[in-house]
Amino acid sequence: MRITAVVERIFDIAARRLDGPLMVVIVVLAAISLAAVYSASGGDSFDRALGQLRNFAVAFIAMWIVANVPPQTLMRIAIPVYIVGLLLLVSVALFGEIRNGARRWLNFGFVTIQPSEIMKLGMPLILAWYFHKKEEGLNWRDYTLAGLILMLPTGLVMRQPDLGTSILVFSAGFFVIFLAGLSWRILISAGVAGVVALPFLWPLLHDYQRERVLTLLDPMKDPLGAGYHIIQSTIAIGSGGVLGKGWLNGSQAQLDFIPERSTDFILAVFGEEFGLVGTLLLLCLYLIVIGRGFMIAMNASTTFSRLLAGALTMSFFTYAFVNIGMVSGILPVVGVPLPLMSYGGTAILSLCLGFGILMSISTHKQLVSS
Amino acid sequence: MVGTNIKNREAELNVFRRRVIVATIAILVAFLLLASRLIYLQVVKRDQYHTMAEANRISVVPVVPNRGVIYDRNGEVLAANYSAFTLEVTPSKVQHLEKVLDDLATIIDIQPKDRRRFKRLLEESKSFESLPIRNRLTEAEVARFAVNRYRFPGFDIRARLFRNYPFGEVASHAIGYIGRINDADLKKIESDNLSRNYKGTDHIGKLGIEGSYEAELHGTTGSEQVEIDAGGRAIRSLAKSEPVAGNNLRLTLDIKLQQVVEEAFGEFRGALVALDPTNGEVLAFVSKPGFDPNLFVDGIDPVNWDLLNNSEDKPLNNRALRGQYPPGSTIKPFMALAALENGKRTPEYSIVDPGQWMLPGLARPYRDWKKGGHGVVNLHKSIVVSCDTYYYGLGNDLGIDRINAFMTPFGFGSKNGIDIDGELTGLMPSQEWKQKRFKQKWYAGDTIPVAIGQGYWLATPLQLATATAILANGGTQVTPHLLKEVINSKTNEKRGYKPPPQNVLSFKPEHLNLVRRAMVDVMLPGGTAASAGAGAGYSIAGKTGTAQVIAIKQGEKYDARKIDERHRDHALFIGFAPADQPKIALALLVENGGGGGGTASPIAREIFDYYLLGKMPDLAKRKRRDYDLDSSR
Repeated sequence: MRITAVVERIFDIAARRLDGPLMVVIVVLAAISLAAVYSASGGDSFDRALGQLRNFAVAFIAMWIVANVPPQTLMRIAIPVYIVGLLLLVSVALFGEIRNGARRWLNFGFVTIQPSEIMKLGMPLILAWYFHKKEEGLNWRDYTLAGLILMLPTGLVMRQPDLGTSILVFSAGFFVIFLAGLSWRILISAGVAGVVALPFLWPLLHDYQRERVLTLLDPMKDPLGAGYHIIQSTIAIGSGGVLGKGWLNGSQAQLDFIPERSTDFILAVFGEEFGLVGTLLLLCLYLIVIGRGFMIAMNASTTFSRLLAGALTMSFFTYAFVNIGMVSGILPVVGVPLPLMSYGGTAILSLCLGFGILMSISTHKQLVSS
Repeated sequence: MVGTNIKNREAELNVFRRRVIVATIAILVAFLLLASRLIYLQVVKRDQYHTMAEANRISVVPVVPNRGVIYDRNGEVLAANYSAFTLEVTPSKVQHLEKVLDDLATIIDIQPKDRRRFKRLLEESKSFESLPIRNRLTEAEVARFAVNRYRFPGFDIRARLFRNYPFGEVASHAIGYIGRINDADLKKIESDNLSRNYKGTDHIGKLGIEGSYEAELHGTTGSEQVEIDAGGRAIRSLAKSEPVAGNNLRLTLDIKLQQVVEEAFGEFRGALVALDPTNGEVLAFVSKPGFDPNLFVDGIDPVNWDLLNNSEDKPLNNRALRGQYPPGSTIKPFMALAALENGKRTPEYSIVDPGQWMLPGLARPYRDWKKGGHGVVNLHKSIVVSCDTYYYGLGNDLGIDRINAFMTPFGFGSKNGIDIDGELTGLMPSQEWKQKRFKQKWYAGDTIPVAIGQGYWLATPLQLATATAILANGGTQVTPHLLKEVINSKTNEKRGYKPPPQNVLSFKPEHLNLVRRAMVDVMLPGGTAASAGAGAGYSIAGKTGTAQVIAIKQGEKYDARKIDERHRDHALFIGFAPADQPKIALALLVENGGGGGGTASPIAREIFDYYLLGKMPDLAKRKRRDYDLDSSR
């Protein structure tokens, strides 16, 4: 009896800060990811699947730790995280390592990091903190400053160039501002201005970025070059039909036609082998995550928690939307992984840190409000 | 204060809630968009994408047929296939080819020769073609490469069929060889609408039988449906339509006879064509020196190529078909027959030969090869002793156009239609020809050297053999050919060579007999080839000949010892045996061999002995034979 009690106690401590519904969906997604990664790596070697399992293990531990950190502490580290992130981005611009024609990495000798990843969380943290502090009576000057906080890192990431990540960093911050209540008038006029500015931004894009957009409009223009990714991934998804070809049976996936098939294009593998049933199930799981995230945000006790939880949830949506849109051929190819599915430690870690924050917010609210 | 705070908080919370609702709606719309896109792809367009995926993964790979085997008339294999492993590379997939080859040389033996050949191939090929670096890998090498394969992307070991010519140089000019398909071949394949059948085929017949019977030998390419990955690598076979092997060929050649001939030539350059006079089957077809066709099969390496191509001996030149020589005295029997048939000479008509002859009214003498002449000479004797003076007058009386008209049906001056490519026409002059060629009138003096097979007259050894065969068979215009029959690889059905319609030239039997009798006497004591004919035990009809390589000034004596070896006369011989029922007719030429009686006729005798009696040549006797410097013509 005492042993059971001890076990119960340990379990209680372990699970106290975890959010049940969120945890269940994340674990289901992780399981699907392992199956898909195993299939994408040819179905005859466990190396990649085991690697992905390790990624999830590390990320879950990090998530658990963050979940146990009260939101007040998170608020306190918002400024240091942002400033460190910003400094690192500036160092990237000055001394960054160039890989594949982009300056995105900082080499510290023992470890190479991509500071833009830090900003994915640093941005909503700082802006949520900012609006929390300005709780009373927001005026246009506050929003201008917020805009500056937002645009500085975004601009640095865009210059690397890394369009995909800069969109994600920007949107994470923008969601905070949106949720904080930036007036519709400004939002709409900014939107109109953006559309009007598009033709002027076009020449500022890099050749390869322009090409990606053009490829999206007509992938058959260069079927073996720029259009190859999109064509092969849409063939894979489309040929899966309603029920799919079965796990490990996707010819497009197994015969190497899908590029980046265990990372950015894993949806093509999944869609080919599990069909529409699988892809719609995936959308539903994502919707559950988003719904749960918004519930946590609505029930949060402080402005900081609310804004942060809401913005993280919307970011999660953005990842999913951009990736699925890209792989199914309605958005240009930008390097955004499918959340909780694509192989890759960094992406899963930063997502799980976000979920850790959500869980922290969800489980710490009583303490604050009392 | 607290009140407003709470109120503010309420208001702020309301704003937040409204924003979340808006966001939720936007997200739902976005997910609906994604869902409808997925439904569009996976339900509406499913069939189309399914077809595309199948097309992606299924590739039709050609299966190259086995090339037909070539046999000699007795079933000896002259060209066959064997399977071996070859190391190949696709150059476009390798970056630092030279360096990688150095690495490769540490596990597989790569000779400088292989590298040179590979370099040459590289220059001639497209970079995405798979090119062989080393052929005939040993099993140990295959195993070593398999272990180290990861180090050499773009390299692969393949099992391939190779062509092998077991007799090497022997009959190389008749059999020819296969080589890698080049741009010219490709164009021809395309214009013949054969591109489909040549998918996957690397080699094509280039010369000789391999070239001319390419259509029979190649076979029909099959195909295999295989599942491939994006890199084009075959994963597994789904369906297969078997290729049909090329047909086998049985040639008229007797490879043993051929070997005897080639050995008989020894170090001499020259050519020989031996025919069955009854049907034109080529029994032996020799052009010396030859070459080893095996060198060409996978692209010849540049050093060997230079050796062959730049050799003074011109081993690549098919002398039997393309060597155009003055036929010399070998045409005297034909000239004699022409005079008899045209009524310009009778068997009884005789001259007193002073050793020279002059055109009426001109003081320029045409000399006989024998100083002082042959005494009283009739037509029979003119052949036996090869009297030039007799033919100077005879030719003058016939005139060039009658000579031309008589000689043309024997095959002189035109292609004889042998079933391998490259034949040259030689030259049978006429008044018309000279007018066309030199815009000059034919002078009576032009005819005189033609009458002894010199002057403008040029003939190939093949033409001489054909003409001899026609003389031997009594006038049937045979077409020389190397193919005996095509043996269908599937049904084993045999399809014989179909000769073009044969005309028969009619000669008065007594004229023909007179000429033949004289040719028999050439081989007997008193004749120019008496020593070669001695003790044969069967009757041989023959005629010797000598063709001048350089002009000897009038009044100057030809002395072989004083002349550079390459400028010595060519020795010729035509003949058939047995004389009364000819089974073999031949013509041969020994370049710079001196007189036909001394150098050429003994070779012919060895061949007759072997073919008719099965007697192998007496090697001791052959060793004593040397350049015949003093012999009669």
